[in-house]
Amino acid sequence: MTTKLFGQRVPRVEDPRLVTGDGRFLDDLGHDALEAAFVRSPHAHARVVDVDVTEALEVEGLVAIYTYEDLDGRTNERLPLLIPHPTLTHGRTQYALANGEVNHVGEAVVMVVASDRYVAEDAASRIRVEYEFLPAVVGVAAARAAEHLVHDDVPGNVAAVMVQQTGDAAAAIDAAPHRLELDLEIERSASMPLEGKGVLARWDPDDRSLLVHTSTQTSTSVRQALAAKLGLPVDRVEVVTPDVGGGFGVKIVHPWPEEVLVPWAAIRLGRPVKWTEDRREHFVSSAHERGQLHHVRVGYDDEGRLLGLDVEFWHDNGAYIPYGLIVPIITSTQLLGPYKPGAYRVEFRSLYTNTVIVTPYRGAGRPQGCFVMERVMDAIAADLGLDRTVVRERNFIRPDEMPYDQGLVFQDGRALLYDSGDFPASLARLKDLVGWDDFASYREQARAEGRRVGIGLACYVEGTGVGPYEGGHLRVETDGSVVVSTGLTSQGQGHRTMLAQIVADELGVPFDRVSVTTGDTRRFKYAVGTFASRTAVMSGSAVALTARKVRDKALHIAAEALEANVEDLEIVDGHVRVQGSPSSSIDLGAVAVLSNPLRYAFDEAAARATQFAAPADPDRAPVGRGEQPGLEGTDYYSPPRSTFANGMHAVVVETDPDTAEIRVLRYCVVHDCGTLINPMIVEGQIHGGVAQGVGGALYERMEYAPDGQLLNASFMDFLMPYATEVPDIEIDHLVTPSPLNPLGVKGAGEAGVIPGAAAIAAAIEDAEGITISKMPISPSDLFELRRQHASREDSA
Amino acid sequence: MSESLVRVSFTVNGAPYDLELPPRRLLSDALRHDLRLTGTHVGCEHGVCGACTVLVDGAPVRSCLLFAVSLDGAAITTTEGLRAPDGGMGPVQRAFHECHALQCGFCTPGFVTTVAAYLRDHPSPTHEEAREAIAGNLCRCTGYVNIVAAVERAAELLAGSAGSAGTAPDGAAPGLPEDAAAPEPSGGASRRLPPDPSTVAAAPSVRPLADGAGAPPASAHPAGRDSS
Repeated sequence: MTTKLFGQRVPRVEDPRLVTGDGRFLDDLGHDALEAAFVRSPHAHARVVDVDVTEALEVEGLVAIYTYEDLDGRTNERLPLLIPHPTLTHGRTQYALANGEVNHVGEAVVMVVASDRYVAEDAASRIRVEYEFLPAVVGVAAARAAEHLVHDDVPGNVAAVMVQQTGDAAAAIDAAPHRLELDLEIERSASMPLEGKGVLARWDPDDRSLLVHTSTQTSTSVRQALAAKLGLPVDRVEVVTPDVGGGFGVKIVHPWPEEVLVPWAAIRLGRPVKWTEDRREHFVSSAHERGQLHHVRVGYDDEGRLLGLDVEFWHDNGAYIPYGLIVPIITSTQLLGPYKPGAYRVEFRSLYTNTVIVTPYRGAGRPQGCFVMERVMDAIAADLGLDRTVVRERNFIRPDEMPYDQGLVFQDGRALLYDSGDFPASLARLKDLVGWDDFASYREQARAEGRRVGIGLACYVEGTGVGPYEGGHLRVETDGSVVVSTGLTSQGQGHRTMLAQIVADELGVPFDRVSVTTGDTRRFKYAVGTFASRTAVMSGSAVALTARKVRDKALHIAAEALEANVEDLEIVDGHVRVQGSPSSSIDLGAVAVLSNPLRYAFDEAAARATQFAAPADPDRAPVGRGEQPGLEGTDYYSPPRSTFANGMHAVVVETDPDTAEIRVLRYCVVHDCGTLINPMIVEGQIHGGVAQGVGGALYERMEYAPDGQLLNASFMDFLMPYATEVPDIEIDHLVTPSPLNPLGVKGAGEAGVIPGAAAIAAAIEDAEGITISKMPISPSDLFELRRQHASREDSA
Repeated sequence: MSESLVRVSFTVNGAPYDLELPPRRLLSDALRHDLRLTGTHVGCEHGVCGACTVLVDGAPVRSCLLFAVSLDGAAITTTEGLRAPDGGMGPVQRAFHECHALQCGFCTPGFVTTVAAYLRDHPSPTHEEAREAIAGNLCRCTGYVNIVAAVERAAELLAGSAGSAGTAPDGAAPGLPEDAAAPEPSGGASRRLPPDPSTVAAAPSVRPLADGAGAPPASAHPAGRDSS
């Protein structure tokens, strides 16, 4: 019997190549290519007065220098606003190269192409750009004050104002027996994959076709964008995603300026051109996220139940807004988490600043929303003197209320309708895992040792697997091997392993006969991309449906060959056989041969298959109407709406009474992503998310000076956690299958990061007895909070 | 203004190379683009992330901070050189696979080289020592939990293969030079190591030279520790 692989900790097929040095990342390709470098603006806001390339022309090995004036066709138009929204009244996007004005440090002004990167940078360093300085708008406060404008034609620096509400929140709060107001802030961080972006373009002048490799999260959409921008028929453009060294959201944006410029230059020059982003470029010209300021009013009853919640927040979207309002829309809806808010009103303003653009980073607005809601829960508990878990329990949506309609519109334009989850059960598991009820005695014990410890928790709900669709293609080759492709891309999530597990089970073939390709438009043209924790839900379901379709075709062909009924057949270990009569069988490779009436005996498989060939009916067409040669199929999965995963984290921290150093002692996770396809991979995703949550809570911030210089644009100064900053992570799974898809799965990719800042803030607050309303928090910040707290106590 | 070239000879994974390179050519670029050994990756080009870590005469160094021409006579080992003799995964690499200690795999080669050198000098690390051993390398995918596990698993695999095979090539991490006591790397790498104290344990420049066991700083690894 074939062992069922779904749910097993199957080791990854991706690994052997990657650990031995055989990975093929973008900069591992194109050794024959010319290389590009960019002159980027050193100023946050300026007019470009003049570009003088004279000195650069002497550099040996220089091939070309391009400025905005050289761009032609549609390459000189603004880059697309990918996701418009009716409330995005003032959407502005950038040009591939600056058109007379730069709006953040790092914006590309000049492109240089040379024999290699060293030479390209030599030439770039000799190009003189004259700027006329304009006042920079940096930070939410400056953007709101609007003393200066980022874009002349955008009044108040406001890109969008959006309001959603259910019920009359203001009236509910005013009538509530208890009320609180909170100001809560989260600073900027960034996806910061270890591999930056990169593009390699090859133009074939004979074939009039373009082949682009790019480190993206959506090759199919890059293909469409390039065809449009470069004025090429879509079928002359193919985009391949090689191994990608992490994405975490930043690589879903497309087309990046360089993704347009590198292929454009390759066509003009008739030679392959490559650009590999360096780390400083990534800091100042890719994307950031998280920076938001929130003002909350909440009303609740004596039991701590929410009666009304009013949230106003300001979202810093940076200099341009190519990805639309996805991040603040997610904050405004997913803020509600597992709770019933009573009446709810949310209003946000998306504001321009002269800083790097803001687009989704793992969690995509949810960490901010979770931070807001969980701070509210803790504040209510503190106000009423209740246990923090009790307040949460009382506000939970109950399992018997599922599916639950929050009455809002989610990021996908569909209802915010939770499909599944058992929040009380998850909380009970979390309390057990972390030992919530025993913490008081641990705290006393620690105190006796002169140590200061605290515990915190945070809960979230995450809409995952957003549509509109993904597809799968599957073909059984005549040697019995199974090749599968799906259009979305991979950045380390083990998709090839996970999807092969599904196919092996559904089709009835050994795991090692299945190979999966992702993100190659030569293999699959229609896809959306890898974001929103959607691959297992979308492509997982799509390849399952595809495998069922091909299985059905195989059974019909085999039934004819074996002279049996389809209902009596099964596929086991790659062989179609009559149930209860294993000797009557045919292997899938032979079925694949039979599926194609053209049967030159190229190989033994073809020769063998002829023995099964049914006598030809001379009056029947070899390929009947509605039939196709080949044992292959394509199918798509398209759900009505997102599925909602959830989880709860609990953290124990220790704070040093003298130095204010903050250490995470324990990190516990209860996670519900529905059925698990590969628990090892899911846990790996959680680990990585938690580490980014710890980073966002304690270390990572973008230090912008008031003039718009990013002061910490290196790994030396932007502090990401090393192994010494991430504790061992304890995980328990609760499985409430999604009713929406054939596998019962919900997404898992982003979950780990969402409640990090909220849970760690709660634990620090618990340890210190000082309200925490702003994250991340450094030892210096905590030291200052203690000082302020002490002076207030003294003066009181 | 063509660049002058400097002749340099070194071995990479045991194979001798005789190259003429511009003096400013980084070792990482020479390995990746001149020798086409692209297993070594560049994550920051300023010596912090550790993705480009290779072994120079057995010592882990940041290849993005070394000029290739400064390595005349050196023996360089990359992750490609830490494979098993049959070309498959070597013990450290297999441990990473078994423990799901990689996701995107971009930082992994730098971890593999670092761990191979560490375990050569410290064959039986404790859990906390295993964590310290990799504390000079950044990974954005895994949260390190499984990498720490892989260090411990690799130690088991290396111990097992040493016991059963008995011969040096299998027993030591494959590809490591015989003279395992890591000497000071040439070039300016030691001055540019990350300042974070937590990363110093894995840094070759602070490792005592005389002691063949190469005990790292006492704070992390008390001298005379029992390796059980």
